[in-house]
Amino acid sequence: MRDLINRMARRVPAWPLYILGVVPVAYLFWLGINGGLGAEPIKALEQKIGGIGLQLLVAGLAITPLRRFFGINLIKFRRAIGLLVFFYIVVHLLVWLLIDVQDMARIWQDILKRPYITIGMVGFICMVPLAVTSNNWSVRRLGPVWRRLHRLTYIVAVLGAVYFVMLVKGFQVEPLVYLAVILGLLATRVPKRRKSAAV
Amino acid sequence: MAYRWKNDLKDKDVTDEGAFLNRRQLMIGMGALGAIGTGAFVGKANAAADLEPNSYEDITSYNNFYEFGTGKDDPAAYAHTLTTSPWTVKIEGMVDKPGDYAFEDIMAKMTIEERLYRFRCVEAWSAVIPWNGFELSDLLALAGVQSGAKYVGFETLYRPEEMVGQNRRTLDWPYVEGLRMDEAMNPLTIMATGIYGKDIPNQNGAPLRLVVPWKYGFKSIKSIVKITVLNEEPPCTWNQINASEYGFYSNVNPEVDHPRWSQATERKIGGGLFAGRQPTLMMNGYADQVAGMYDGMDLRKFY
Repeated sequence: MRDLINRMARRVPAWPLYILGVVPVAYLFWLGINGGLGAEPIKALEQKIGGIGLQLLVAGLAITPLRRFFGINLIKFRRAIGLLVFFYIVVHLLVWLLIDVQDMARIWQDILKRPYITIGMVGFICMVPLAVTSNNWSVRRLGPVWRRLHRLTYIVAVLGAVYFVMLVKGFQVEPLVYLAVILGLLATRVPKRRKSAAV
Repeated sequence: MAYRWKNDLKDKDVTDEGAFLNRRQLMIGMGALGAIGTGAFVGKANAAADLEPNSYEDITSYNNFYEFGTGKDDPAAYAHTLTTSPWTVKIEGMVDKPGDYAFEDIMAKMTIEERLYRFRCVEAWSAVIPWNGFELSDLLALAGVQSGAKYVGFETLYRPEEMVGQNRRTLDWPYVEGLRMDEAMNPLTIMATGIYGKDIPNQNGAPLRLVVPWKYGFKSIKSIVKITVLNEEPPCTWNQINASEYGFYSNVNPEVDHPRWSQATERKIGGGLFAGRQPTLMMNGYADQVAGMYDGMDLRKFY
C-alpha cells in the first residue's frame, strides 16, 4: 500500500494541484452569483473558503508525519499545498474586505478591536514571508534560515485554529477538532532528543 | 385585544406572497414617508429597501435554531422530524389560571393578525418578515397575570429524539428566554403562528414562537412549551453562557457593539453576492414605540 502510494506520487507531477486548487473557488463564486449558496452567500463564501484554507493547512502539516511514521512520501506536493493555503486565505480576506465590510475605517476598527480578527490578521501576515520565499531561488539563497523561517507555519496553524474556535457561538465541536488535530500534528515535531529534530 | 398596533405600512388584507410583491410599489411610497418622519435613515439604506419583505424561501431556509444544528441550513434540513400536534403550552407562576393550554384552544381564543416586522440577528444579518400571530399580552390575559408579577419566562420544547441538535451540548437545553413585564405587554410583542399566511414552518419555531422585533433575534424564542410569570428575572440561555456578550435586554442598538463584532451595520439576507450592508437602526427602527420603557437606563450597562 505504502509503496503503491509512493510509486503513484513519484509519477504524478505537483503542478496540476495549482489548477485543481483554484477550481473550488471559481465554483463557489459561480454558486454565489447564481443563488446556490443560500440567502446569505457572502457569509457562506467566507466560511467555505476559509474552511478549505484550514483543511489544506492541516494537509500540509500532515506531510512530514506521514513520511516519518508511515513512510509515505508526498513532500513534492507540500509547496503547492502551502501556496494554496495562502491563496485561500487571501481570497477569504478579500471577500471580507471587498464584498462583506467594504468600509476601510470599519475594517481597521475590526482588526484592532475584535480579538479573533486580530488573531486572523496576525496569522495572515505570518504567511506572507512564507509565500514570498516559497520559490527554489529563496530556498537556495536562505539555506538553513529558510527552514527556520518556515517553522512560522506552526504559528500560522495554531492561530488559524484559535481564530476558528473564537469565531463560533455556543459549544461547537468542529473548531475544537481542528485545534486538536493541528496541535497533534505539531506534537509529532517536538524532538525527543536534540538529534532527532525533524521539520 | 387585537389590532392595537398600527403598522407603519398599510394594513394588509391579503396574505399570499404574490400579493405582497405586487404591493411593493405602494409600500415603497409609504416607507419613504415614514423615513422622512424618523430621519433615522442614512446612506443608501432607505426605508423602502428596508421594509421590502424577504421571500418565503429566504425566511424559511436561513435560520438559527440550534436545536436542529448550528448551520444556517440545518433547521430547514432537519426540523421536519418535529411533531407539533398535539401541542400544549404550560402557563404557570403568578397567574390566576395556571395549567396546560392546548394550542387549538389558544388559537380559538386569539385574533390572528399580520405584522410586517424587521428582524435583526445578533450576528449582524437581518430580514423583513410578514408574521401572523397574536399579541402576547392577549395570551397572558387569558391566564390572568397577578399583581406584583414583573417578568415572563419562556421555554422551548426539549425532545432530543425529534430535535437532532439537542443531542449535542451546543447549548444548555432546553432553551430559555425572558422579558420584563412591560416588554411582554408591549403591543409590538407577539406570539407568531404563521409566515405569509401559512402555518409557521418547523424551522421557524412551530407551532408558536415569540417575536420581539426591537430585540436581537435570539430573544424571540421558538417552539414554546412553557410560559412562567414571575417576580424575578428569569434565566436566559445565551446570557447564562456568556453574559458579557448577550445581555438580558439585548435591544438592537447600533451604538453598543457585541464584543466580537460591530452592531453598527447589518446585511439583509436575500440580496445576493453583492448586497452591501445597511445601517442598523436604534431599537431596530421601533425606538419611538419602545424606547420609553428604558428611560433612565444606561443602555451600555443594560445591553
